[in-house]
Amino acid sequence: MLTDKEREEIHEEMMAYPYPSAVCVDALKIVQRHRGWISDSAVADIASELGMSADAVDGIATFYTRIYRKPVGRNIILVCEGISCMVMGYEPVYKHISAKLGIGFGETTTDERFTLLPVSCLGDCDHAPVMMINDDHYNNLDIKEIDAILEKYV
Amino acid sequence: MEYPLTEHINPGRSPLGIDEYIRAGGYRGVDRALKEMSPSDIVSIVRASGLTGRGGGGFPTGLKWSFMPKENDGGIRYLVTNADEMEPATFKDRYLLEGNPQLLISGMIIASFAIGASKAYIFMRWAYKKAEKIIRKALAEAYESGYLGRNILGTGFDLDIYLHTSAGRYMCGEETGLLNSLEGKRGIPRTKPPYPAVSGLFGRPTVVNNVETLCWMPSLVLNGSDWFIKLGRTGEGGTKLYGVSGRVRKPGLWELPMGTTLREIIYDHAGGMLDGYKLRGIIPGGASSDFMVESDLDTPMDFKSPVKAGSRLGTGTMVILDDKTCPVKFIHNMLKFFAEESCGWCTPCREGLPWVVKVLASLENGTGKEGDIEILEHQSWYMGPGNTFCALAPGAVEPMQSGVKYFRDDFQKHIDGKRCPWR
Repeated sequence: MLTDKEREEIHEEMMAYPYPSAVCVDALKIVQRHRGWISDSAVADIASELGMSADAVDGIATFYTRIYRKPVGRNIILVCEGISCMVMGYEPVYKHISAKLGIGFGETTTDERFTLLPVSCLGDCDHAPVMMINDDHYNNLDIKEIDAILEKYV
Repeated sequence: MEYPLTEHINPGRSPLGIDEYIRAGGYRGVDRALKEMSPSDIVSIVRASGLTGRGGGGFPTGLKWSFMPKENDGGIRYLVTNADEMEPATFKDRYLLEGNPQLLISGMIIASFAIGASKAYIFMRWAYKKAEKIIRKALAEAYESGYLGRNILGTGFDLDIYLHTSAGRYMCGEETGLLNSLEGKRGIPRTKPPYPAVSGLFGRPTVVNNVETLCWMPSLVLNGSDWFIKLGRTGEGGTKLYGVSGRVRKPGLWELPMGTTLREIIYDHAGGMLDGYKLRGIIPGGASSDFMVESDLDTPMDFKSPVKAGSRLGTGTMVILDDKTCPVKFIHNMLKFFAEESCGWCTPCREGLPWVVKVLASLENGTGKEGDIEILEHQSWYMGPGNTFCALAPGAVEPMQSGVKYFRDDFQKHIDGKRCPWR
């Protein structure tokens, strides 16, 4: 079941579109914002709200990179592996975070504090290397500063 | 030198609110367009200016608009702003979105009026969180000031603009993939024809334009097409946002006359290479453009000239390959991106890109063998123009085909030495 808040936010999005299924991507983003990821039951909840089949919603959910169909940690680290960040050194950034947290790309720490993922170019190439944690951008990354950045996220 | 796109942008400071922007004369273009001009007057100016799509395609904007049906059937028409900037090494639209949201909104009002659109969407990249906040605030201000909503400026023209933030996938930057995504579907490309001007968003006539393209409308309607043409150096009018990233002294973004040369952009504006690094190649317009090299440095970066050097302007934001970076690794990085972002709709792209990524990876890890370079060359042809559904694969192979051409010896060294010489 969608919560009242989720339903309210989805219906607000519907004002901008001519029919309910058009908000499918927005609905997935809204429910994920509240629940952290999109479970099978979340797919079913969205499908019934929008008058779609669960398979149709799942087909859409699995297409988009930023919709998570597996559980993720409380904080998501996205290390940019775009071409400019490769030249400027995203690999040392990745290796440092990976060693510090004991996880590789696609993995979550056992305390569920962090999930580490690669991300395609974040459009901040003149300040490479860059990463995002949740909604926050960090650029001109220096390995020495990374531990302090991670401390901000509990 | 005039800076019509960036004159009101103050890096590091909040963008102008609508009142300040109006005081600075920013909405004079909208006032002129809606009160003194007809839609066809505006289309004529845009056509005469020769303005081309700044998203990288370079298609003439006025021509695209002229494909909208002449007869009004009373139904809705749409304008969609493509702000899904996802081309690797591209960071220009973000600057406009964060720096001067009212410029884009006023450009969208003028464009919507010209094509008869009463609803418009901004399809924006999910990662641009700061821009999202700025655009939402700017839209609310435009409604409060009477520049959006019903009966704008008492002219009877109605327009609503909605912001949609994406959920990822490079395919959504392709205009028909974008339209599918905006309809809540998988962002796969559509068969053309019908073109969006005939059957676009929700099956209605639609124009999709890039952010930088639409930002030209206010100054174009005020100053006219001759003014625009004179801004450029090579007959292709206007200014262009050019950017440089990689191992240069001053990576950044600059508004310069269209047709500024590669040498000026890289050496005068980006300060040249960092000490200890030599320039080996330039990917001039985002990852899906062919390498240019040192002998191409005097090429004017407009839409026509780089073609003679075997490349293209693309997005105008370039990344430099230096001598301390392995060209095979550099190309592998970009091709891996394209392989991951292929939507899987058509065979050459779905199968070909992962194949070349495997070959490039084996060259990098020392297990490459004779014949691998020929596979890359064959696949560059196989995924080229005409063999695929959309432009993703033909764009993806551009850095590979030109990379093999310019750096063939480096590829061969990986095979002969059974290792990457840069490791």
